[in-house]
Amino acid sequence: MQPDGTREAPAAAALASVGQSLPHDSAIRHVSGSAVYVDDIREPAGTLHVVPGWARDATRGRIVSLDLDPVRAHPGVVAVIGPADIPGKNDVSPALGDEPMFAEEEILFWGQPLFAVVATTREAARHAARKARIEVEDLPPLLTVEDALAADETVLPDYQFRKGSPETGLATASHLMEGSLRIGGQEHFYLEGQVSLAVPGEDGDMFVHTSSQHPSETQHIIARVLAVPDAAVTVEVRRMGGGFGGKESQANHWAAIAAIAARATGRPCKLRLDRDDDMIMTGKRHDFRVDWKLGHDAEGLLRVVDMRLFARCGYSADLSLGVVDRSMFHADSSYYYPDAMIHSRRLKTHTCSNTAFRGFGGPQGMLAAERMMDALAIRLGVDPLDLRKRNFYREGRDVTPYGMKVEEHATLHAIVDQLEESSDYRRRRQEIASFNASSPILKKGLALTPVKFGISFTLKHLNQAGALVHLYTDGSIHLNHGGTEMGQGLFQKVAQIVAEEFGVTLDKVKITATHTGKVPNTGPTAASSGTDLNGMAAKIAAETIRNRLVAFAAERYQVPPDAISFADNSVQLGERSMTLGELAREAHLARIQLSAAGFYATPNITWDRPSASGRPFFYFAYGAACSEVTVDTMTGEMRVDRVDILHDVGRSLNPAIDIGQIEGGFVQGMGWLTTEELVWDDRGRLRTHAPSTYKIPTASDVPEDFRVTLYASAGNPSPTVYRSKAVGEPPVMLAISVFSAIYDALASLNPGTIPDLDAPATPEAILHAVLSMKRSRAG
Amino acid sequence: MSDTAQSFPTRVDISLTVNGEPVDARVDVSRHLVDFLRLDLGLTGAHAGCEHGVCGACTLQVDGEIVRGCLMLAAQLDGAEVWTVEGLTETGALADLQAAFVERNALQCGFCTPGMLFAAADILAQGGQPSRVAIREHISGNYCRCTGYEAVVDAIETVAGARARGEEVSA
Repeated sequence: MQPDGTREAPAAAALASVGQSLPHDSAIRHVSGSAVYVDDIREPAGTLHVVPGWARDATRGRIVSLDLDPVRAHPGVVAVIGPADIPGKNDVSPALGDEPMFAEEEILFWGQPLFAVVATTREAARHAARKARIEVEDLPPLLTVEDALAADETVLPDYQFRKGSPETGLATASHLMEGSLRIGGQEHFYLEGQVSLAVPGEDGDMFVHTSSQHPSETQHIIARVLAVPDAAVTVEVRRMGGGFGGKESQANHWAAIAAIAARATGRPCKLRLDRDDDMIMTGKRHDFRVDWKLGHDAEGLLRVVDMRLFARCGYSADLSLGVVDRSMFHADSSYYYPDAMIHSRRLKTHTCSNTAFRGFGGPQGMLAAERMMDALAIRLGVDPLDLRKRNFYREGRDVTPYGMKVEEHATLHAIVDQLEESSDYRRRRQEIASFNASSPILKKGLALTPVKFGISFTLKHLNQAGALVHLYTDGSIHLNHGGTEMGQGLFQKVAQIVAEEFGVTLDKVKITATHTGKVPNTGPTAASSGTDLNGMAAKIAAETIRNRLVAFAAERYQVPPDAISFADNSVQLGERSMTLGELAREAHLARIQLSAAGFYATPNITWDRPSASGRPFFYFAYGAACSEVTVDTMTGEMRVDRVDILHDVGRSLNPAIDIGQIEGGFVQGMGWLTTEELVWDDRGRLRTHAPSTYKIPTASDVPEDFRVTLYASAGNPSPTVYRSKAVGEPPVMLAISVFSAIYDALASLNPGTIPDLDAPATPEAILHAVLSMKRSRAG
Repeated sequence: MSDTAQSFPTRVDISLTVNGEPVDARVDVSRHLVDFLRLDLGLTGAHAGCEHGVCGACTLQVDGEIVRGCLMLAAQLDGAEVWTVEGLTETGALADLQAAFVERNALQCGFCTPGMLFAAADILAQGGQPSRVAIREHISGNYCRCTGYEAVVDAIETVAGARARGEEVSA
C-alpha cells in the first residue's frame, strides 16, 4: 500500500480494444475531406455572416463617439449590433465579469470589439466593419511587465507558496546565486480559427455549433447574454481543427456574438474570425519575467529557492488564476527545495487577455527551474545532468513547495537513467566537447531535462465528468460524453474503453458529438484530463448497462453471473452464445433499461487554495528528453540535430495516439522556445498577427533524428482508467531540453560565464547572447 | 474614365471541370477558388486556414499543379481542370497515400490533412524515392500544428517506397 492509499497497478488483463494502436476515430474522414468542421456544415437557407468591428488606432482610451451609420449603409448589411442589442449582461468572461462582449466606455486593448456587423456575405460584413467612425481619447497603455509593476496593476491578487523558512535559508546558505529570465508567450495557431454557427429556434431557444473546448461554459455565457435560462441554449461540438487551450475560454466570445446576431435578426448567423482578427483579439500563452535567487552548498545541492513569477495577463483575469498557480506548482520542475518562496503576481496590461495554452502555465514555471539548474551547473563547472540528478526528488527529500509528497520519484529516476543510457549521453557529451574545441564558428550543445507534470485540475470542482451510453436492440452502441475532440484522439480512446466493456469491435460503437443537452454541466476538455475523466465516466455507464444485462441473463438462462462474458462481438452464457443485439432485444422485451449515464469524480484530491495546503494532483506524469543542437555563432541560426524522448503514459490506451501526442507536443514546445516570437510595438499593437510574421515549426524545422519511446510502465499506481496516464500537455515541456541545449552551446564560448538568453531563442536572441559571451571573454 | 469603370466586369462567366465534371458558373471577380469550391459547389474538403497563402490547408490541384485555394481567384479558372480531395478520393488516385496516413496516424485534428495530401502527392508524382529531407522541404509549405510532422514524413516515405517497388495500391 502506498502513502496515498493506492496500490501498485494490478497485472494487465488480456484486452481486445484497450491498448491497441487504432487510428484516430475520424482518420478515414480526415483523409477524404468528409470530416465536417463547423465551417463545413451546410449553411441553413438565409444564413447571415457576422464580423466584429474595432478601433484600429486605439490601444487604450475612452470612447468619445461611435458613428455606425456608414457601416449600416454598406451594401449587404442587415444589422449592426452593439451593447444596446444585448438582452442580458454585456459580459463574456468565464467568471469575473471583466470582459464585455462589446466595449462601451473604454477600450482596453488593441483589437477589442466595439460592435459587430451582420451581413448577407462575410465579405460584405468585413468591408462594412472597417467603415465605422470611431473617436477615442487616448490614455497611456500599460504594455510590459515593468509598466504594470510600476503602476502596481494586477487582474487578481498576488499568491504564494512558502515552505520552511526561506529567509533563514537565504541567510545561512554557503553560496547564493540569482538571475532573471524573460519567457515569451505563444499564439495557439490552431489551423481552424474561431468559428460558430448559431441557429435560432422556437420559444427563445438557440442551437449553436461551435469549435469550443468548453461547450458547457459557452452555453452558460450565451444564456447570460441572451437573458434566457441555460436550458434554452444547446451547444454542440463534433470536432475542432485544433484547440491547444485556445478554445477553452476564447471560443465563448464569438459564439455569444453569433447568438446575439441570430437573436437580433431571427436568422442563422455564422461568425468565423478572419485569421488576423483571431490572432489580434484572442489571448495567448502568458509571457513572464521570472526573478530567481537560490542558495546551495559546495556540491550544488539546493538549500533554498526564492522565485518571483511576474505574469503578463492582459486586460482581464480570464483563466490567469489557474494558469499562474500552475506555473507555481511547476516552479520546482523535478527538484527538491528544502526551503522555498514561490511568489506570483498577475499583472494587468492593455493587451489581449492571455489564456490557457497546453501546459497551462506549467511550462513557464518549469523553464525557470531548468534555467536555475543550467546556470548553477555552469557556475560550478559540472555537467548539468549530474546537478539535476543530485537535486531530484527522492526518498526523504520528497515534499514539494506546496506540501504534496512526490511518491513516484522512482519512475522519474528510472526514466532519466534509461534515457541517459539509450541516448548515449555521456559519450556524446565528450564528442561535443571535442567538436566545440576544434570548431570556431559552429558550436554544439547537449541537454537532458526531466518532466514531472501534475495531473488534475487545480480548481477541484472541475475534476468531474459525465457520459451517456445507449445500447440499441440491434446491438449498436451510442456513445456520448462531456469531452471534446480537438485532434487528440479522445473520442477514439473512450470508444476503445466502451468497446472493451461490451466485448465488441469498434465498428459497433457510434461516437457522437459533444452536446450540452446530453451531458450537462461539464468541465472543459483541458488539463490533459479528457481521457482520465470521460473515459472513466463512459466506463461506468457501460458497466451499468452490462451489469443489468448480466443480472437479466443469469436469471433467464439460469447461469451464474460469473459464467457470463462479453467478447468477440458475442455474449457467452455458460454453454450458450448469442450476439449482443440478441441479448439486448430479449432484455428490452423484459423491460430492462438499456441506457445509462455515468459519472466520475477524481478521488484523493484535497487542495485548498486559501490555505495553500492539501493534495492538488491525483498523480504525476513523467518524461525526459535529450536534445542536441548546433548553433552558428556568426548568424545565430540554430538546428536541432537529434532528439531522444522517453515518456511515461502509464499503461497506454492507444500507443499510436500517445506517440502522436508526444511528437506533436514536443514540436509545439520547441516552436514556443525557438521560432515563435510575439512582438508588440510601443503603442501596444501586435505586429505578428499573421503566419507571415509569426513562425510556427514546419516539417523542415523538425530534427530528422527524432526517437520517441514510451516508458515501459507497469501501470499508473493511482487507479486511473486501465492504469493509463494523461498525455496531452506533459510532452510540451520535453522541449525545454532544446532551450537548455542552446544554452549549453552558448556556454561553451566562455566556460564559467553565464549566458544571457531569454525565450524564445530566435536567431536574433542567440546572436545577442553570442556577442555578449564574446565581449565577456574579451573583457 | 467612366466608360472604363463601367466596362470593368464585377462578375465573369467561367467553364471548367471540377473533379472531372463540367461546371459552368458566373462568379464574382473577387471570389477566391477555395470559397468558390466550398460555398458555391459545396466541396468543403479544402479548408480555409490562414487565408494568407501560408498555412496550406486549402492546397488543391489546378491543371496538374498544386495551388493555394486562397490565393487563386475563381475568375482565373476558365478552361481549367480542378481536382479536390473529394474527387481524388473517388478516383482512388490518392488511395495508397490516404491509407498510409491512416495507418501511420499522420493526422490528429485533420484540418491540414487534405492540403497535406496534395503536397505529398505532388512530390510522389515526381517518382523515385525522395529523401526524408526532400519530403520535409516539399511539405514545409503546409502547416500542421498537431503531429510534429514525423508521422506525415513516415507515411509519405512509405508510399514512395511502395510505389518505387511497383507494389499494388493497398486500399
